[in-house]
Amino acid sequence: MNTPAQPGPGAAPDTEAAPYAVPRDVRLWDIFLTFLGIGAVSFGGGVVAYLRAGLVIRKRWLDEEHFLSALEISQALPGLNATNMSIIVGDRLRGVWGSIIAFLGITLPGGTMVLILGVAYAANASNPYVNAALVGVGAAAVGMLSAVTLQIGRKQLGSLVDIVIILVTVGMVSFLHISLVWVLLTVGPVAVFLYRPRRQAADAPGGSSE
Amino acid sequence: MNENLSVLGVFALLSILAVGGGAAVLPETKALVVESHHWLTDDGFRDIYGLGQVVPGPNMLMVIVIGYHVTGYVGALLAFLGFFVPAGVISWGASRVWDHFEGSPWRRSLQQGMAPLVVGLMAAGTISIARTAIDGTLTILIAVAVFAGVYFVKKVNPAILVLGGGLVGLALLSGTGAGLP
Repeated sequence: MNTPAQPGPGAAPDTEAAPYAVPRDVRLWDIFLTFLGIGAVSFGGGVVAYLRAGLVIRKRWLDEEHFLSALEISQALPGLNATNMSIIVGDRLRGVWGSIIAFLGITLPGGTMVLILGVAYAANASNPYVNAALVGVGAAAVGMLSAVTLQIGRKQLGSLVDIVIILVTVGMVSFLHISLVWVLLTVGPVAVFLYRPRRQAADAPGGSSE
Repeated sequence: MNENLSVLGVFALLSILAVGGGAAVLPETKALVVESHHWLTDDGFRDIYGLGQVVPGPNMLMVIVIGYHVTGYVGALLAFLGFFVPAGVISWGASRVWDHFEGSPWRRSLQQGMAPLVVGLMAAGTISIARTAIDGTLTILIAVAVFAGVYFVKKVNPAILVLGGGLVGLALLSGTGAGLP
């Protein structure tokens, strides 16, 4: 909320009462290097946690609330949280150029590394050592994906409606092999409808959603 | 030329469909790349997904390697742009108008409804990788160990566990010809 113009030159309480302001004078170079740094160290997925540490805590370019609002947008829309957030934050800092620079910064280190690995892999795809290592990495990836899925999904397991939505989605994608377009176009609206705004938001009783 | 267009088209489509992030779009990525276009084998897809796990940043950067496999460096660039630019532009535009919907109760409905759908898609992504990656006792043990490490021991960087899985595979499987056709 804007503090209304106060009578007299009372500028003193301004710093405390003023809402958090997005810094306006961040240099593009600084944006690039910051995102490049995050892009270079964010091993192991979960880039969002690294972004929060870099942008909210270290650089103080965003407060917690703006960070969560950017995350909310990233999650509701297509694309990866990490790149979408970089684009949104870059835009808030320096407009279109800020978002392009932030996006390039976050993707350049990993993109370059994965391309180098990919070229090396293409030349050694039938090397038994490379294969053995990648079998191990693939198995580890399954462990990691299931842990992350459960961490994110744990909240949902308390609600019957959510469990049904999860099972229907898994069934359609993994077992009926229905294209993601149709899954999103059918399950999506039904799921949102089940949570449509009501006077007092009580969880819908567990009706099956076909 | 046509293959380049296909790469761009496939990854641009995946970009728009990637509601819920990388893991959620994994089954569709595999379906298009392996089953529809035959750009990679099952094992090749698993391997390249594994490469994405050991580099920093979003692990879906592995789309670059898929593009490289189809048409070389041009394909790599097209896969990268195709996968990241459409969704990025949508987010960029949406963030500029988002605050207009500040008070809308549908924003909450959208979040609540999409959350379990995304979890379902992530579970399906896990299943699609598991179908090729889990093959035999050792792979099960690696997966369970990494699961436990990530889920229960929160201080461990998952990348170290993934690399550890690679080392275990290297040490114990390289004599067995695992992963070879």
